[in-house]
Amino acid sequence: MLAVVGKKSLEDLFCSIPGECRFEGELPLPPALNEWRLEAHFRELAKAMTVNQDFKVLIGAGSYHHHIPETIRALASRSEFLTAYTPYQPEMAQGTLQGIFEYQTLTARLLGMDVANASMYDGASALAEALLMGLRIAKKKTRVAVSAAIHPHYRQVVKTYLQTTDFELLELPYLANGRTDLSALRNQDDIAAVAVQSPNFFGVLEDLPAAGAAIHAAGALFIGCFTEPLAFGLVKSPGQCGADIACGEGQSFGLARSFGGSGLGMFACREPYIRNLPGRLVGETVDLDGKRGFVLTLATREQHIRREKATSNICTNQGLCALIAAMYMASIGGSGLRELARLNYDKSEYLKRELQKAGGKPVFDSPTFNEFVMAFDDDFQPAYRRLLEKKIVAGLELGRYYPELAGRYLFCVTETTEKEDLDEVVREVRG
Amino acid sequence: MKELPGTRGLILNEPLLWEKGKKGRRGMSIPAADVPRAALEKELLGEGPEFPDLSEVDVVRHYTRLSQWNFGIDTGMYPLGSCTMKYNPKANERQAATPELASAHPMLADDQVQGALHLMYDLQEFLAGITGLPGVSLQPAAGAQGELAGILIFAAWHHSRHSRRTRILIPDTAHGTNPASAALCGFQPVPVKSGPGGILEARTVAELMDENIAGIMLTNPNTLGLFETQIREIADIVHAKGGLVYNDGANMNAVMGIVDAARCGVDVMHLNLHKTFSTPHGGGGPGAGPVCVTGELAKFLPSPRVIREGETCRLADGGPDSIGRVHGFFGNFSVLVRAYCYIRTMGPENLKKASQLAVLNANYLKEKLKGDLHLPYDRPCMHECVFSDARQREHKVTTLDMAKRLIDFGFHPPTIYFPLVVPGAIMIEPTETECKDDLDLFIEALKRVAREAKENPELLRQAPQRCKLKRLDETGAARRPRLCG
Repeated sequence: MLAVVGKKSLEDLFCSIPGECRFEGELPLPPALNEWRLEAHFRELAKAMTVNQDFKVLIGAGSYHHHIPETIRALASRSEFLTAYTPYQPEMAQGTLQGIFEYQTLTARLLGMDVANASMYDGASALAEALLMGLRIAKKKTRVAVSAAIHPHYRQVVKTYLQTTDFELLELPYLANGRTDLSALRNQDDIAAVAVQSPNFFGVLEDLPAAGAAIHAAGALFIGCFTEPLAFGLVKSPGQCGADIACGEGQSFGLARSFGGSGLGMFACREPYIRNLPGRLVGETVDLDGKRGFVLTLATREQHIRREKATSNICTNQGLCALIAAMYMASIGGSGLRELARLNYDKSEYLKRELQKAGGKPVFDSPTFNEFVMAFDDDFQPAYRRLLEKKIVAGLELGRYYPELAGRYLFCVTETTEKEDLDEVVREVRG
Repeated sequence: MKELPGTRGLILNEPLLWEKGKKGRRGMSIPAADVPRAALEKELLGEGPEFPDLSEVDVVRHYTRLSQWNFGIDTGMYPLGSCTMKYNPKANERQAATPELASAHPMLADDQVQGALHLMYDLQEFLAGITGLPGVSLQPAAGAQGELAGILIFAAWHHSRHSRRTRILIPDTAHGTNPASAALCGFQPVPVKSGPGGILEARTVAELMDENIAGIMLTNPNTLGLFETQIREIADIVHAKGGLVYNDGANMNAVMGIVDAARCGVDVMHLNLHKTFSTPHGGGGPGAGPVCVTGELAKFLPSPRVIREGETCRLADGGPDSIGRVHGFFGNFSVLVRAYCYIRTMGPENLKKASQLAVLNANYLKEKLKGDLHLPYDRPCMHECVFSDARQREHKVTTLDMAKRLIDFGFHPPTIYFPLVVPGAIMIEPTETECKDDLDLFIEALKRVAREAKENPELLRQAPQRCKLKRLDETGAARRPRLCG
């Protein structure tokens, strides 16, 4: 092959590269491991995870532990899905394309919206893109508002995305009941969009129809955000409550927590805003014989066509994660999703109630889904440490995220926690 | 004549999910309730979404059939230019599924997740070593988000020096994401024409560079597959006028262990772990786009980063200069694990060898095919080469027709109509994981396509014939969007 290209050595292939640009010496990397040594190395890394899969981790806060059926691992590792690129050649990518079309459809149904895109990176960047989309739609308005009860990390990502723009970001405080205080919207007319998360970071179910009315009265678009889409198996979806854009994290649907990624940014909107959507879209069409098929569509919104005038710089989505979420939604089904959501609700209510009997006080008295914030009269740390020895991580202390909530704990209960574990937590709290 | 891989084969029809199933079926088990039912306010209660109810077999057959309509790198050669479709080792999949890592909650205390943090710290160090740029953040979830982080760092650096610059230089060979990312950060892109040899010329940059320009955003090797030989001079010009240099590292696969980005004068670059570091593309993600910067710019990197104190790693929040978070947690961790595995199993010699063989393969294809296809820039290339349909136009055959005919022969077509500087571009990146036998088959297939263009052009216009579907009506799809079933 070297002879064909007229070179004497592999080094010769790079003779056009000036000496001043050359890498000097060898790459500073450890020597190669074979497959078996790699396996042994990972066993060591695994040992350094002192909280592992044997623990009951009662933390949600944007990353949830739900059972994942084996079918999903088996189907998602089919290499025709796993090792394909973005479906630029639709004739050889109908599997990906139909799979994503189905994901878009099920997601739109879940969120009560007209159209969902093929996914964003995660819930946080989806929210940032939703606010930018709101500003595009509103054209001349320059302010957006987010509830302080939205996941703190999401709000940080929003700040990052907006920092070099002239747009102004307002934060709406939360009330004593854990719901968002929308009174600051009164008499405002220059706010493009307002985002409210439900269930919010405290697990509190917002009064979304009332929030929607207040937001629309201020002439702003209503963005319904979420970190736990399972809730919509039981409670009203953002769309049913009047949201114009719905966005959030889809990790709950078949994706492992995996230290926070890969997740899935779910993103949906009402029909009139389709051409303002960021990200990839799959649409239905026909082939030359009139047979149904699917293609990437409305690409004129996107960076590779519109360049600096695109609706977003996003190129890749979280393709495989979206496909997995669709597999999960298909596996659980409509009636299954309702039953599972109900079970999650009942279990978290059970722990909330039992902790209350043991002297705990819910910090917010609004209804919650999956998660709730608890205060204890005594220092909770000793009980937390005892539970940790019993392989239970009893919630997330909130002082780091909300200084005013220092010493309060956010608990999450899903179908993966048995009643016995919950009773164990209660016993330790009683002391 | 050699037998090409494409042939006929039985695949099965499969309806949409909601066109099958029956109320009451279920494809997974749900634990029985072991707690009493709790009350819920009626106003909050919804009806639940209209999902179909399917059995486990329904779901498994559905997705198995769909998968058979797809083509992946495991199926065959996938020489998409600029996409680096190299083989994705299976051992890396296994390690990404390590239960201790896959089940890790991202908000656990640092001392509970040392395995994950050590892996991230070491990966930061590896990428710093490979690029020569010591500051690394693994947070960006894709190349485009790495660009966003990088250009926000440009803005933050200028802001810290009280310089207000509004424009950014972007060559005409850039990926579409570059101008889009710059615009998202409030910069106005200024296009820079590449020279007649397909290379960016230092004097063109010198003419455009002024005190209102924040810097330059280029891709090296560029999208024509050529090394920007004047990069050092260009960087000096930009630096002298108070600007910064961004290198889109999408094409890093050509130059690992060969080019030192820091010595080229690069201040910021992102890497695409799903390209160069062999993590599977997943039909369009998840990827990972870590951003690497000089020591001077490290304080602007996204927050948090992993730092090491003795034997312990911990997550450190960025200081007041950090651009902040770009991801809800720490990026696509499961992708980072695979890239880490790739680097550990390749080691320093094999990573360099990978680049050498990627470049050898591309040059071999270029030499073998330039008699059949027009080669607009006939000079030694890096990891990819760009042809065009100029010679086929007289037969009224387009790049698209040739691409579709390659499908019938069992190959994924190259990238087409990009870069924009070459009309009718055919951009081929074979990668190092194709052996000579497979390259020769691909060459044979493209030669046959070129011959058919002369002898039987209608065959190309009607291609593909061997797929489940014939050519799809993309115009109709955009005119009457049907995005939801």
